Amino acid sequence: MGFNTMSNVIEAHDLSKIYKMGEVEVQALRGVSFQIGRGEVVSIMGPSGSGKSTLMNTLGCLDRPTSGEYILDGEPVASLNDDQLASIRNRKVGFVFQSFNLLSRQTAITNVELPLRYSGNSDGRRERAIEALKAVGLGDRMTHRPYELSGGQQQRVAIARAIVNNPAIIMADEPTGNLDSKVGKEIMSLLLNLNKESGTTLIIVTHDPTIAEQTQRVIRLRDGLLESAS
Amino acid sequence: MSLGQAFLEALESLSGNKLRSGLTVLGIVIGVAAVIAMLAVGRGAEASITGSISGIGTNLLFVFRGDPGDNIRNPKPLTTEDANALRDQFAAPSIAAVAPALQGEATVSFGGEQTAPQLFGVTPDYFQVRNLNLAEGEMITEEHMLGRSSVVLLGPEVAVNLFGHADGITGETVRIEGQPFRVIGVLESKGGGAFGSEDNQVLVPFTTAQTRLIRRTTSNRVDIIFVQAVSGDVVAQATEEIAQILRTRHRTPVGEDDFTIFSQQDLLTTFQSITGILTVFLGGIAGISLLVGGIGIMNIMLVSVTERTREIGLRKALGARRRDILIQFLTESSLLSLIGGIIGILFGWLISVGVGQLAAASGTAFTPLVGMDAVLLATLFSAAVGLFFGIYPANRAASLEPVEALRYE
Repeated sequence: MGFNTMSNVIEAHDLSKIYKMGEVEVQALRGVSFQIGRGEVVSIMGPSGSGKSTLMNTLGCLDRPTSGEYILDGEPVASLNDDQLASIRNRKVGFVFQSFNLLSRQTAITNVELPLRYSGNSDGRRERAIEALKAVGLGDRMTHRPYELSGGQQQRVAIARAIVNNPAIIMADEPTGNLDSKVGKEIMSLLLNLNKESGTTLIIVTHDPTIAEQTQRVIRLRDGLLESAS
Repeated sequence: MSLGQAFLEALESLSGNKLRSGLTVLGIVIGVAAVIAMLAVGRGAEASITGSISGIGTNLLFVFRGDPGDNIRNPKPLTTEDANALRDQFAAPSIAAVAPALQGEATVSFGGEQTAPQLFGVTPDYFQVRNLNLAEGEMITEEHMLGRSSVVLLGPEVAVNLFGHADGITGETVRIEGQPFRVIGVLESKGGGAFGSEDNQVLVPFTTAQTRLIRRTTSNRVDIIFVQAVSGDVVAQATEEIAQILRTRHRTPVGEDDFTIFSQQDLLTTFQSITGILTVFLGGIAGISLLVGGIGIMNIMLVSVTERTREIGLRKALGARRRDILIQFLTESSLLSLIGGIIGILFGWLISVGVGQLAAASGTAFTPLVGMDAVLLATLFSAAVGLFFGIYPANRAASLEPVEALRYE
């Protein structure tokens, strides 16, 4: 496990996050430090309230840490403004959500194109979307809309959307949580295969130990602190 | 994201909820249609009134007794002598003709029919000054004046009311206030004018009216003096000449004229300002309905933002900047008002045509005018309404935190 910046896609130093809920301050992260190497498959586990959602939001650049430093793919992002964060998310992060989060009225291919629309580079948009859909095995479902697809197929569309912009990391938040175990396995093996083929770092937030077993490393959180990172 | 894309996406999103979008658009349609129709009716009224005033001739002046503000006590009445004094070519070189008249209402009957038109006692000059032509018969002459003849000229409307037709009436005898008058002719139809219908009047010789129909306390009194200026360009000079002559004759102090001179030009200006106010007033009321339509847009956009919180969160997670979301929702609200504006313009134009047809059917020549400026105004205003009322919801959408928005159920 190297610790130089070039081989690490994520470097988190002493991340902390404090939410103010009225008078009460909730400390969701209390100084978390770790690295994730390029191409690694890592799961983040922890009981509810442990701060794993907060960590995922921070790693996915959806939120800023209150203090600490976070370097994603060589770029320090802890103090970027909203628009800069949006650009980082667009270029470097692919999200896979538990509830798929597809645009219900749009076709699979339009859904996959969505990140490219915001990237400002419209060259070969359709071709790249088709390529991504083929990569997740949905080459024959490109013009279907979400309600015409099964849950597993919908999650495949979401994965295609996550990889279409060649991100540095894929953040998957309970990616099999809404699927039955058989389809869940298929989705997991698809994610692992994509990691193997393209070397994209895969971070899975889960509470399911059988999924965590399939990853190379488990980051465990408890009460906003790192319990173990191996 | 380019504007073209934003436009297509907005169209897709709006067509995804057709009933809701349709009802929102309806609010704008009604507002814009009302603005267009009201402005068209206002313009039409203005054109019709100014047209009929200009038709009488812009070189016509009216002289009445009393000052415009009614501030002068006991104004001297106008007299036939006053009228004669205005004929002085040296004192009043800008005046072409002078026609004093008595004015009243009278019951005119023939057989079982009766009607109550305006009655004017006029001199032969009246026809020149008022630019009147006859459909048949002869005009009132000096002989009629001298003989105080019981003769009458009927307006075409009066003729139709009494006889059922307006031709072949010359020679018949009608009764005015019970006294027999021989019909010597029928006036040519002029249509509706600013002073009510000019077709609904009867003309008798001035002297006849003076002695037998319109009794005034002083025998030489006249109600109104019509003056024709030499041309439309010298109306101002003619006004000044009349004022000088009458001031001398009435011995009024400076600034306390006991008479009013009114020119067609004044009348035109007055009516234009009245119809202008009317148009602004009607347009303003219609504008309020457009405002209400705009609030409808804001309402529906706010609902839409709340409903699509997760979608907004997702778009932000995928890299949409604040600006992208702002544009997306502003495009939707603008599109709503733009579609409403276009349909509203067509609809308003149809209403205007309908009003025109209705006016034509009821015998009033009146054409509502849909001006390009009204169309442009309505389009700009509705677009502005869409933008203005879209800004708040769009801003709300754009400032959603992605984490919060994604968590929203």
